[in-house]
Amino acid sequence: MEFPAVSSPHSALPNRVSSVMLRVILALIPGALAMTWYFGWGVVINMALATVVAVASEALLLRLRGRPVTATLSDLSAVVTALLFALAVPPLLPWWLTVLGIGFAIVVAKQLYGGLGYNPFNPAMAGYVLLLISYPVEMTAWIPPIILNEHVLTLSETLRVIFTGTLPAGLTWDALSMATPLDAMRTNLDLGHLISEIRESPLWGDFGGRGWEWVGNWYFLGGIWLIYKRVISWHIPGAMLGALLLLAMIFHLLDPETHPFGLFHLFSGGAMLGAFFIATDPVSAATTPRGKLIYGASIGALVFIIRTWGGYPDAVAFAVLLMNMAAPTIDYYTQPRVFGETETRND
Amino acid sequence: MTETGYRQIIRDGLWNNNQALVALLGLCPLLAVTNTAINGLGLGLATTLVLVASNTTVSLIRNLVRPEVRLPVFVLVIASFVTATELSMNAWFHGLYNILGIFIPLIVTNCAIIGRAEAFASKNTPVRSLVDGLSIGIGFTGVLLVLGGIREMVGSGTLFAHADLMFGEAARGITLSVGEDFKGLLIAILPPGAFLGLGLLIALKNVIDERTRHLRAARTISPGHEPEAATHA
Repeated sequence: MEFPAVSSPHSALPNRVSSVMLRVILALIPGALAMTWYFGWGVVINMALATVVAVASEALLLRLRGRPVTATLSDLSAVVTALLFALAVPPLLPWWLTVLGIGFAIVVAKQLYGGLGYNPFNPAMAGYVLLLISYPVEMTAWIPPIILNEHVLTLSETLRVIFTGTLPAGLTWDALSMATPLDAMRTNLDLGHLISEIRESPLWGDFGGRGWEWVGNWYFLGGIWLIYKRVISWHIPGAMLGALLLLAMIFHLLDPETHPFGLFHLFSGGAMLGAFFIATDPVSAATTPRGKLIYGASIGALVFIIRTWGGYPDAVAFAVLLMNMAAPTIDYYTQPRVFGETETRND
Repeated sequence: MTETGYRQIIRDGLWNNNQALVALLGLCPLLAVTNTAINGLGLGLATTLVLVASNTTVSLIRNLVRPEVRLPVFVLVIASFVTATELSMNAWFHGLYNILGIFIPLIVTNCAIIGRAEAFASKNTPVRSLVDGLSIGIGFTGVLLVLGGIREMVGSGTLFAHADLMFGEAARGITLSVGEDFKGLLIAILPPGAFLGLGLLIALKNVIDERTRHLRAARTISPGHEPEAATHA
């Protein structure tokens, strides 16, 4: 048997911020392509616009703060924030809302707190929540996935809707837009319909809404690749999806006609994107292994609680922001014991 | 401390020791009612009225009250003036009174007022306490007005809406509007907007202070440099 001699140091790749961020961007590609396939050009336009605004505002703020501009911009964290934000908002969001949301994310939620590494909140989610609270009508105007869509917009029509707000002749917002699966499920449940009735509508696929569940699948694939490459650990996504699934299954077993089954929750709304790409933000999440499990599970539980009993149909952004606040405390109480340290603590 | 001049008292109250921007006192009413400029102005003036009256009274009785019981006595004095203010607002500014609601009685708990009673009025003459109360009150009112104005403009696209509640029917015309199709940033009127707005105002004050300090430093240094520069020229 032969053992190949490898000289030290053994680390294969420099684990720099920019390489981590680049891998996150690569892992987002399948999900982003699926989003574009199902929801049209608006997704691409949003991603491009958000990236331009994010990089420009980051450059401006770095200049004002007297920090190195190009060196910081090349860590790609602003691009990741922009992409996550663009994938979370509706595809036909008016351009000035995209600018406002991502601008708030970079300027207030990231740079005013001191830039990458100092932001207590996930910037993309802070921008998203700002818009969701301020402009609920625009932020819930989702279009149906392509397989259900009778009016597929061309690139030029999409550009006109986003930048001038004019719809193609003969179309109204009511004809163009459609409630998201989570929204439809919730509205129907509020009307007293049973789940077996609700699911007869063509909106539904095997797990969640048709089209939507496939986007979730591709995010899942990208996320697994990130775990395989050790960019993220399995703790946060595993705990978050596990807690969400467990709670949803318990309630589904208790009353299958008023609580959708567990996989519906996993493959609807922002659960997959949130679990692998948003909750795992290395800056704003908990960092100790045990802390990550608590942090992820709490996000999953909050998502289920807000989706079921709260005021909004989806809850990933709120759950992530709430647990961002708790992350330092979780880290404090879950610090692993250093080898040789005794049980006594000085606090 | 007791020997500070009136000019210093006024400057402290309005700017250097502004209760909202520097001491960060009285934040509860400050954050809660400043969703319009008129609400802010109304609560600010009510607070100023109470502050002037309580400061003067506390200063008048400062030698009669034993230190052991001073805080309950101060609270009683403040509560009496708040009750009087509340009843007067109910009588003469009923619309505004309804909007401000619980925050008028809550002026009692505004720590800026008991803070001034304890830190200033109980150690100074009545006239100085009156000036202190007035300048602190105006400084506080200014922040309420500016924060209310910013939140109102960003959030609903108007300025001085409901001015008639405070200045009568004639003032209805001073309401400004950005435009009919202005889509306000709703979060500015909601509680988070108050925190964001106050944070930005505090940052602005710190920037202004920094700039003036630099200017002043430059002015004191420059006379020393001038002859040197002249010889080189």
